[in-house]
Amino acid sequence: MERLHLVLPVVLLIALALAILRLRNLLAIAILSGVYSLVMALIFTILDAVDVAFTEAAVGAGITLTLMLAALSLTTRYEARKAPEMIRRSVALVVACTIAIALGYAMFSLPNLGDATAQIHEHVAPRYIAMAQADTGVPNIVTAVLASYRGYDTLGETTVIFTAGIAVMALLWRWRTERS
Amino acid sequence: MNEHLIVRVITKLLVPFILLFALYVQMHGDFGPGGGFQAGVIFATGFIVYAIVFGVNRTIRVMPPNVLMAMVALGVVLYAGVGFATMAAGGDFLGYGAFDAHDPAHGQHLGILLVELGVGITVAGVMLTIFLTFAERRRS
Repeated sequence: MERLHLVLPVVLLIALALAILRLRNLLAIAILSGVYSLVMALIFTILDAVDVAFTEAAVGAGITLTLMLAALSLTTRYEARKAPEMIRRSVALVVACTIAIALGYAMFSLPNLGDATAQIHEHVAPRYIAMAQADTGVPNIVTAVLASYRGYDTLGETTVIFTAGIAVMALLWRWRTERS
Repeated sequence: MNEHLIVRVITKLLVPFILLFALYVQMHGDFGPGGGFQAGVIFATGFIVYAIVFGVNRTIRVMPPNVLMAMVALGVVLYAGVGFATMAAGGDFLGYGAFDAHDPAHGQHLGILLVELGVGITVAGVMLTIFLTFAERRRS
């Protein structure tokens, strides 16, 4: 019962997902996925994960939507409508149902939401929570974990972003050639 | 969108505050929510808003391609450079405690600030590069 305040955002998420599935207007789909990210940010805020909520709002709703719109401006507004093929559709239906049943089955072995005795909270997390302030002098444990305890991972993530930037430059960049 | 007077004036008013907020998120990530990634995205958003209203040409004049390219690389170089600096100071790679032999927590704090700054610079550079590259293709 104490999760009742999560019901409304989750229902909203499902409604948004269904709307995105049904729509053919790519602009509307891009905007709705931005709204989806905002609702996700709301859920993260309710779960007290403010850092994740902040990232979701800034990256998911903000920059991703903008980049989607920029990409859409280079293509058409509407998704092409193809005649449905019965064999393909029934194969897709079987695959989707199998995955849904498998995921539903796997859900029963997940720990409860916010369960402090869940396995994931008993590994390194207690040490981080107890020692982060003394180890790093940084009050925000998320920042301490991200930049210090897991500094290698964040270096890797930054390199991934760097690679994405280089790839876009290599494929689409043409400011230089235009000037000469 | 260059012909909408209200949009132009409001954008000019907003951009400095967006950039200031990005710097706040960057520098305050160790005390509140936020950090390099979010700050970089917000910083890029300031320029993207400007580009949407005033056009790519004027944005490139503020943020030339070679500056963008330098930003994209500089962040990663700064991050990895901090790692090598800690090694030179006698510690492990990215073991920021080596920055301050007497008070490792102080060295950690400094290392985290520098590393987050690296993340912020690269993220801002890459997001701006992607947006401007796409928008520039549209222009011609």
